[in-house]
Amino acid sequence: MLSIQNLHAEVDGQPILKGLTLEVKPGEVHAIMGPNGSGKSTLSNVLAGRDEYTVTQGSVTFRGEDLLDKAPEERAQAGVFLAFQYPVEIPGVGNSYFLKTAVNKKRAAEGKEELDAKGFLKLLKEKMALLEMDAKFKSRDLNVGFSGGEKKKNEVLQLTMLDPALAILDETDSGLDIDALRIVSKGVNSLRDKEHSFIVVTHYQRLLDHIEPDFVHVLKDGRIVKSGDKSLALELEAQGYAGIADAA
Amino acid sequence: MSSATVDEVVSKKYEFGFFTDIDADEAPPGLSEDIIRFISAKKKEPQWLLDYRLKAYRHWLTLEEPRWPKVDYPQIDYQDVIYYSAPKRPEDAPKSLDEVDPKLLETYEKLGIPLHERAALAGIAVDAVFDSVSVATTFKETLKEAGVIFCSFSEAVQDHPELVQKYLGSVVPHTDNFFAALNAAVFTDGSFCWIPAGVRCPMELSTYFRINAAKTGQFERTLIVAEEGAYVSYLEGCTAPQRDENQLHAAVVEIVCQKNAEVKYSTVQNWYPGDENGKGGIYNFVTKRGACRGDNAKISWTQVETGSAITWKYPSVILQGDNSVGEFYSVAVTSNMQQADTGTKMLHLGKNTSSTIVSKGISAMRGQQSYRGLVKVNKGAEGARNYTQCDSLLIGDRCGAHTFPYIEVKNPTAQIEHEASTSKVSEDQVFYLRQRGLSEEDAVSLIVNGFCKEVFRQLPMEFAVEAQALLAVSLEGAVG
Repeated sequence: MLSIQNLHAEVDGQPILKGLTLEVKPGEVHAIMGPNGSGKSTLSNVLAGRDEYTVTQGSVTFRGEDLLDKAPEERAQAGVFLAFQYPVEIPGVGNSYFLKTAVNKKRAAEGKEELDAKGFLKLLKEKMALLEMDAKFKSRDLNVGFSGGEKKKNEVLQLTMLDPALAILDETDSGLDIDALRIVSKGVNSLRDKEHSFIVVTHYQRLLDHIEPDFVHVLKDGRIVKSGDKSLALELEAQGYAGIADAA
Repeated sequence: MSSATVDEVVSKKYEFGFFTDIDADEAPPGLSEDIIRFISAKKKEPQWLLDYRLKAYRHWLTLEEPRWPKVDYPQIDYQDVIYYSAPKRPEDAPKSLDEVDPKLLETYEKLGIPLHERAALAGIAVDAVFDSVSVATTFKETLKEAGVIFCSFSEAVQDHPELVQKYLGSVVPHTDNFFAALNAAVFTDGSFCWIPAGVRCPMELSTYFRINAAKTGQFERTLIVAEEGAYVSYLEGCTAPQRDENQLHAAVVEIVCQKNAEVKYSTVQNWYPGDENGKGGIYNFVTKRGACRGDNAKISWTQVETGSAITWKYPSVILQGDNSVGEFYSVAVTSNMQQADTGTKMLHLGKNTSSTIVSKGISAMRGQQSYRGLVKVNKGAEGARNYTQCDSLLIGDRCGAHTFPYIEVKNPTAQIEHEASTSKVSEDQVFYLRQRGLSEEDAVSLIVNGFCKEVFRQLPMEFAVEAQALLAVSLEGAVG
C-alpha cells in the first residue's frame, strides 16, 4: 500500500524528517507517537503534498506509484486522505455541497459515474447517523462556527464519505471529549477491513483504546526510533518518551 | 472655451450643410454643439430634447473631470472621441463564427453560452442565425397586453415623448456630475421601460434586452419608471464578454419608483478588462440612481462586475417616500491591472426608510479596488435604518482593497450599522480543498463563490449560475 524509504524533509530550510522508513500494508493500522517537534505533523503534510514541505531525500510509493510526484488533488483522488489537525473554515460553502463535489471528483478520477443527488443524500444520511451528527450540519457552512469536536467529527464524516484506501489521522483525538472520541473512533473503525489502511498520529494512548493499532512507532527527531505492537503505547504511557528514547 | 465662444456657437444657426462632407453614418471625432445638433438631427429628435442636450453640454464645459476616485489612468482627450456612429451594417459584421477571435469563442464555451447566442454576442449579423425579429415580436406582444412599454430610448423619444420629457433627468439631473452631464449631451441610445400603475411586469426584462440593445454604444441612457404599485425585474447586460471597440463609456441609468412600486435592477458587467499588462480595456464611468418617490417604494440594485479596466460607479437610492426601501448587493472583481472605485449612496429623506448594503470586493493579481459608500440620514428621516456589510477578499499579495465609508446622520432616531472585513484566500483553505480532490482553480472558485453567496442569492436563478461561471473565468490564472 504505502512504502516510505529513508525520507528526509525540511521546512524553511530546517530539516525535520531525517531518514524515516515505514511500510504500511493493506488492512494495517499504524500508530505514530512521539514528543512535540518530532516530525509527526510534517510526516502527515509531506504525504498529503503540502507546498511548504520540501522532500530532500528518499522516496514514497503508494500502490506502486511515486506519490511525491503527484499534486495534492491527485493524491486525494488516488485514495490518500488526511484528517486535519486544524480543519479550516470556508464561509459560504455549504457542507453537503462541498462533500458532494469532493465525492464526485474522486469518483470521476476512478472512472465511476457521478453520484446523483438522491444517492448522495442517502449515503450522507447513513454516515451522519453513524457519527451521531445532527442533520443541521448538512446545510451549515464548511466548518464555520463548528466547535473543536464538531470539526473533528466533520473530518471523519468526510473520511467515511470518501472511503479512501489510506487515511492519515493527524491528532484527530485532540480536543475531543470522551463521548466524541468514542463516536469518532466508531466512524474510523467502520472502514476497517483488509483493504483500508490507516496511519494514526497521536500523543495519547487513549485513542488507541478505541482504534486498536497493529503497530506502534515512536518518532523522535525525524526518525522512527522504536516499533512494536500496541503494548508499546502502554509502555509509553507509563514511562514517557524520555524513557523510550534512552532505551533506543 | 470662453463664454464669448459659447455664445457664438449657441447663436449660430443650425447648419445642415455642415454634414455633407462627412460620412453620413459617423461624426468626426470631437465634441461641439454642431456634433450634438448632428446627433439630435440624425435621431430626428424634438426641439426640447436638443435643447436639453445643449444645456447639458454647456454645463459640462464648466465642469472638471473628477480626480477624487482612487483610480489612475491617462488623461482622456474628449476631443479625440467619436460621439456618434450608426449601428454597424450587417455587411460589415463577421459572417460566421470562423471570423471571430477564437479566444472570445473559448470564453463563451467556458461560460456555457448556447451556440446561437454566441453568434449574436460576437457581433455576427444576428438575423442570419437567430430570428431576433420574431422573438422580439413575441415578447412585445406579451408586454403590450400588460400595458408595459419597453423599447429603445430612441423609439421612446418618438413614440412616447411626453413620458420621456417628464422623467428624463428627474433623478440624475444634467448638472449632477461631469460624466452625467457628458452623457446628457451626447447619449445615443439605451432602454426605456414604463410599467403602468398596478401592473406586475409579466416577465423579467432580459432576453429581449440582449437582442434589442446589443449595440447601444458607449453613452447609454436608461430610464425605468414604475408607476404606483407596479413591479419590474430588469436584467442589464449578459455574462458573456462584450465585443466592444469603444474605450470610453459614460452611461446613465435613472429609476423612478412611485408609491408601493418595486424595481429590481440586476447587472452583470463583463466588458473587456484589458490584458494582464493593463493594455486596452474599457473605462466605465456610470451614474446609476433610483428615486423611491412614494411611500413603501422599493429599489434594489444587484450587480456583478468583473469587466472594464477602470470602473467608477455608485448605484444609489434616494429614499423620499416614508417606509421606502433601498438595497445594494454587489460583487466586484478586479484582476490583472483592473481598478475599481465603486459603492453606493443611500439618501434617507422619508420616515422609517431603510437601506441595506452588502458589498463584496475581490482583488487578485495587481487589481485595485475601493469601496466608497455614503449613508446619509436627513433631519426629517425619523426612524431611518441602515445596515452595511462591506467585505474584501484578497487573492495573492500584489492586489489591494480600500474602504471609504461615509456616514452622515442628522436625525438622532436613526440606526446605522456598519460591518467590514478584509480576508485573504488562505493557502490553508486552498490546500484543504485540494486534499479533498479539488484542483487549485476549483478550490479558489469554490472559496470565492462562497464569499459572494449573499449577493448571488439576490440574482435571478439563471443569472446566478452564469455569474458563478463568469467569476471562475475572471479569476482564471489568478492563483499559483
